Amino acid sequence: MTTPLIEMNNIEKHFGPVIALGGVSFDVREGECHCLLGDNGAGKSTFIKTMSGVHKPSKGTMKVSGTEIAFDSPRDAMEAGIATVYQDLAMIPLMSVTRNFWMGREPRKSFGPFKWIDFKQANTVTLDEMARMGINLREPEQAVGTLSGGERQTVAIARAVYFGAKVLILDEPTSALGVRQTSNVLATIDRVRKTGIGVIFITHNVRHAMAVGDRFTVLNRGQTHGTANRGEISPEELQDLMAGGQELAELEGSLGGTI
Amino acid sequence: MLPPDKIYLLNIKSDVMTDERLKQVSTLRRAMIRPELGAICGTILVFVFFFMIAGDSGMFSPEGIQNWGVVSAQFAIIAVGACLLMIAGEFDLSVGSMIGFAGVVIAILSVHMGWPVWLSIIAAFVVCVALGALNGFLVIKTGLPSFIVTLAFLYILRGLTIWLSVMTTRQTIIGGVKEAAIGDPLAFLFGGVIFKDLFQWFADMGWIDAFTRGSRIGQPVVEGVPMLVVWALALVIFGHWLLTKTRFGNWIFASGGDAQAARYVGVPVNRVKILMFMFTAFCATVFATCQVMEFGSAAADRGLLKEFEAIICVVIGGALLTGGYGSVIGAALGALIFGVVQQGLFFAGAESSLFRVFLGTILILAVIMNTYIRRMITGER
Repeated sequence: MTTPLIEMNNIEKHFGPVIALGGVSFDVREGECHCLLGDNGAGKSTFIKTMSGVHKPSKGTMKVSGTEIAFDSPRDAMEAGIATVYQDLAMIPLMSVTRNFWMGREPRKSFGPFKWIDFKQANTVTLDEMARMGINLREPEQAVGTLSGGERQTVAIARAVYFGAKVLILDEPTSALGVRQTSNVLATIDRVRKTGIGVIFITHNVRHAMAVGDRFTVLNRGQTHGTANRGEISPEELQDLMAGGQELAELEGSLGGTI
Repeated sequence: MLPPDKIYLLNIKSDVMTDERLKQVSTLRRAMIRPELGAICGTILVFVFFFMIAGDSGMFSPEGIQNWGVVSAQFAIIAVGACLLMIAGEFDLSVGSMIGFAGVVIAILSVHMGWPVWLSIIAAFVVCVALGALNGFLVIKTGLPSFIVTLAFLYILRGLTIWLSVMTTRQTIIGGVKEAAIGDPLAFLFGGVIFKDLFQWFADMGWIDAFTRGSRIGQPVVEGVPMLVVWALALVIFGHWLLTKTRFGNWIFASGGDAQAARYVGVPVNRVKILMFMFTAFCATVFATCQVMEFGSAAADRGLLKEFEAIICVVIGGALLTGGYGSVIGAALGALIFGVVQQGLFFAGAESSLFRVFLGTILILAVIMNTYIRRMITGER
């Protein structure tokens, strides 16, 4: 078995008296999609923010490709190849796709002391990368606001992949999307995984997780309930683990179906 | 005819998620739909209007053009700063007070303290840009809206200006700068005109009016292009280039569009915002210095309401009040509209108080139009 791209061991995170994470272990390997499931308030956000350098863990160790590491800022995490796509903060809708794609890393041309953005190259690369993710842009100058939610997620994913992400953290990429857009994003996750990138897919939707996940970890009230491989666990069991079972089972009975 | 496998490939390509519900957009429409469109229409409208009602009043003679050109240039200088700052997501309400302050600093240092004018100008720039940085620093560090922080500075600076002026010279108007500035190596950059020879030649050729009697007989009535106009053009070109073509420009858009998202991808949002506050202060100081050199004096009440006039120009120019969207060219056109309307009503012999009515009307119309255009471009709903 290969060394995991990123390995989190017994991570704890305390905010004052509140224990947000109480010893979470998690890893992701090359070319796999590891789903992190959990209900609202389970600690998913805190956990990914720890992984992406926003928070520092109170206890526990992090390893990237086998070497222990501590991130001081999101920038550090990015440089270590960990890219995070936040659900609502991924894109700036008023700006063009190209400007969003290259934000913070604009390609430049220069003449003497003058430097300016090489828009020709920027546009070409943006179009190509988007096409590789299965989206044909009408024009790269169109504002991101004109794209659908799924397409916006895809721009953010394409950007992360292009800039050499080894691990891609997706924070609830499908939770605000319709059926068709969801399947597009799931297809994108599959594409990304096949290029050898480790994908961490955060969601509270079991069906979305089952569709692409290779392994599943459930987070509940700041703790993990172990990791299951694909085929070892049924959607119902995952659902139970996430919500603590009993009440949901009763509700399912009265509604007559899986929630 | 293409071989069958080629056709297959073409089909695959067109199969990639193109949204059939998106209408094809014509090139004309694409060229038309831009942030400046409202301002362009406004400019055309204003010019047509004044051609009709004041076309024979001398408004479009060289002197007339110089008249409204200078006024527009004044607006443009502060509008460029306000525009970039607004796109970066912040306001500066202290611009007007900064203009008064910078002017009084120059006058006190050069006339009262006897410093050389060039040193006084540099000192004013240093002090004002530092104050701009302080504005920005306070906004960033406290997290308060820039509206409040700079509103405080609107009062602080105005009060300081009057106090400084009265304390040092016992009056609120300080004259004598023109005399002090004669032969100064820096002052000519802010006062006076360029292309004097060219305009003299125009006059000699009889293309523009020259004085026909008096001590300046034979000299052109319009001596040249005022430095104020040169500054305005330079700042507009610089601002437009910076905003649309450079990496820093992209960061300005990003900081105003969504500061948090920008931070996540490594844009130094705080630095961008503080630099934009400094640039706004720089523009205000350019305005003040030009004014002091032109009048030969500084007054503590200069620059009243300029902050709002700058913001109006920027908004007419298509910028979004909440940041992240706008155009320097639009703001410059907004300044042109402002100047032409203000001076045009005078040429047309209209009651000058109507200026504000007219301006308010243009403001509303331009903003309504801009809102629609912006929705078309950005897909806001």
